[in-house]
Amino acid sequence: MPDVTKAQTTDSATVDAVAPPAVDAPGKVSAQKSDKPRSLWGDAWYDLRHRPMFWISSVLLVLLLVIAAFPGMFTSVDPRDGDLVHHYLSKPELGHVFQPDWFGYDQQGRSIYARVIYGTRASILVGVCVTAAVTLIGGLLGMLAGYFGGWIDSVISRIVDIFFGLPFLLGTMVVLNAFTERKVYVVILALAFLGWTSIARVMRSSVITAKQADYVTAARALGAGTPRILFRHVMPNAVAPTIVVATIALGGYISAEATLSFLGLGLSDPTISWGIDISEGSKVIRDNPHTLLFPAGMLSLTVFAFIMLGDAVRDALDPKLR
Amino acid sequence: MTTIDKTRNVPEPRGAAEGDVPLLEVRDLHVEFHTRDGVAKAVNGVNYTVNSGETLAVLGESGSGKSVTAQAIMGILDMPPGRIPQGQILYRGEDMLTMSGDARRKIRGQKIAMIFQDALSSLNPVLSVGYQLGEMFRVHQGLSKKDAKAKAIELMDRVKIPAAKERVGDYPHQFSGGMRQRIMIAMALALEPDLIIADEPTTALDVTVQAQVMDLLAELQREYNMGLILITHDLGVVADVADKIAVMYAGRIVETAPVHELYKRPAHPYTKGLLESIPRLDQKGQDLYAIKGLPPNLLRIPTGCAFNPRCPQAQDICRTDVPPLHPVTERDGAELAGRGSACHFWKETIHG
Repeated sequence: MPDVTKAQTTDSATVDAVAPPAVDAPGKVSAQKSDKPRSLWGDAWYDLRHRPMFWISSVLLVLLLVIAAFPGMFTSVDPRDGDLVHHYLSKPELGHVFQPDWFGYDQQGRSIYARVIYGTRASILVGVCVTAAVTLIGGLLGMLAGYFGGWIDSVISRIVDIFFGLPFLLGTMVVLNAFTERKVYVVILALAFLGWTSIARVMRSSVITAKQADYVTAARALGAGTPRILFRHVMPNAVAPTIVVATIALGGYISAEATLSFLGLGLSDPTISWGIDISEGSKVIRDNPHTLLFPAGMLSLTVFAFIMLGDAVRDALDPKLR
Repeated sequence: MTTIDKTRNVPEPRGAAEGDVPLLEVRDLHVEFHTRDGVAKAVNGVNYTVNSGETLAVLGESGSGKSVTAQAIMGILDMPPGRIPQGQILYRGEDMLTMSGDARRKIRGQKIAMIFQDALSSLNPVLSVGYQLGEMFRVHQGLSKKDAKAKAIELMDRVKIPAAKERVGDYPHQFSGGMRQRIMIAMALALEPDLIIADEPTTALDVTVQAQVMDLLAELQREYNMGLILITHDLGVVADVADKIAVMYAGRIVETAPVHELYKRPAHPYTKGLLESIPRLDQKGQDLYAIKGLPPNLLRIPTGCAFNPRCPQAQDICRTDVPPLHPVTERDGAELAGRGSACHFWKETIHG
């Protein structure tokens, strides 16, 4: 940190803020391109770039996203194509990288490698969509409750309390039981239906903190209307904790989907999902552990990547941890 | 309240507004806060007027109601717990308290703007100062992003921020305290309002910067011919800038006077005490005078004159009767322009 900064600012949040070119000649400024001013998000991004954890998780996630989007690029085998005669439960050939028999075959003679690849889409889709829905619903309701207070807060907070009281997995099971055909969007809806409460709580409390800030009063005194104050001044200052919770929760939703599918309540057979394969594999785990190991491993890896990313984002956004 | 008529009789010192309508007139304003322990009466019948080009300094200790009055004028009081049981705030003759919320919002920022004490916390940390300055133009005047940015740079030049062009994209934490306050001033000035309320604009700054910021404020005020309400507890800040002073105590104006008159001959024991408690070079080595006692608890304001428990001149009448704002005259009865004192014994105080 340059000494100039120390002299100019006393705020600890500005620790790695670079001293601005105070009275420099204009020509000198372009020479200091790297000293460009940074916002809170700019600071967070700077911090993230210097964390190996962030890079490891991002590379993993990008890879997983590509697999989810284009599974055909990674295997030429149809994951639903079972060949009972030749491949029934044959063991993995770890030398045959990217080949259909890399991870072996399951009870129905289907390539486990192809199924792991094609199962990625369902898991990622569930994770990302549930998180998006939950952030939208919970974030909006939490923001309204926190900003307006009074009876609006009372009503929303009580609804949150009611939903919070329902056990998450049990509740989704009950919801899912009402559907005969359980496609991906049904699982997404069921998880989002019960999952938004924690986000609403986090958002509400951070909005309450942000709305008391002097700059909100100042904006009001300078004639800003309610929507402008809410979305321009309150939200950007209150959204960080929500982002952190949402990123970490994303991994949780993926494992929740797998749990539901394992229990036979989540996605069902024509859809390919790690949870279904884990469920199938668990039946023959004694003699053929590979049928369970590979889908479970992928699941753990994905959840791990998301949670690691969430941790990195949290560390970057929370100045107190710096 | 009998004080209304008394203040209304007091002639304006200078810069009297077009026609008869002053730029801003506060009439018998009361503000109270409903707390768990009871009703805190923060403002109890304040009257003052400000005209274009005029600076009114509102002086008082913490808790005297000076900031609350300003917040009531701006309409940024938290209500509840705040409440305005009576009074009027007239902007060019129109009562802002009975206006629709929308009409009021249009006045804020465009006609009346405010400068806050702590510039760092009054600027949004996640937006660049250029964006925040430009926001004024984009929202109120519908300018494009580019034009708004150009205007923001112009404003930053105006308030003498060096290298405005290079620094327009910087964030509030990258500026020093004095520069931040200049940005606050620029923001308040953006739409060239008629009236600026500065709530302790220099309190958070160090002494050398204070003078610069005050000079800048005074200069801009002259240039734009704005009215200025300067809220402060610093007698030194006021002397050079203000035209007239209103001294507040326990939510009431206890003395009004043109600025130099007040320093020369205070007509209220409280003002006198304040002036005597300023350290002076010629009294080096002596004990510093201090007004005895504490400011009153707003939940239990003493009966009669609120200052009576601390007043060296207090008599029985002070404990029973609330003194109205008496017009202050010379010994021979000649009127003193703009002077008033809410003391039963103002004659004794000013003429000794």
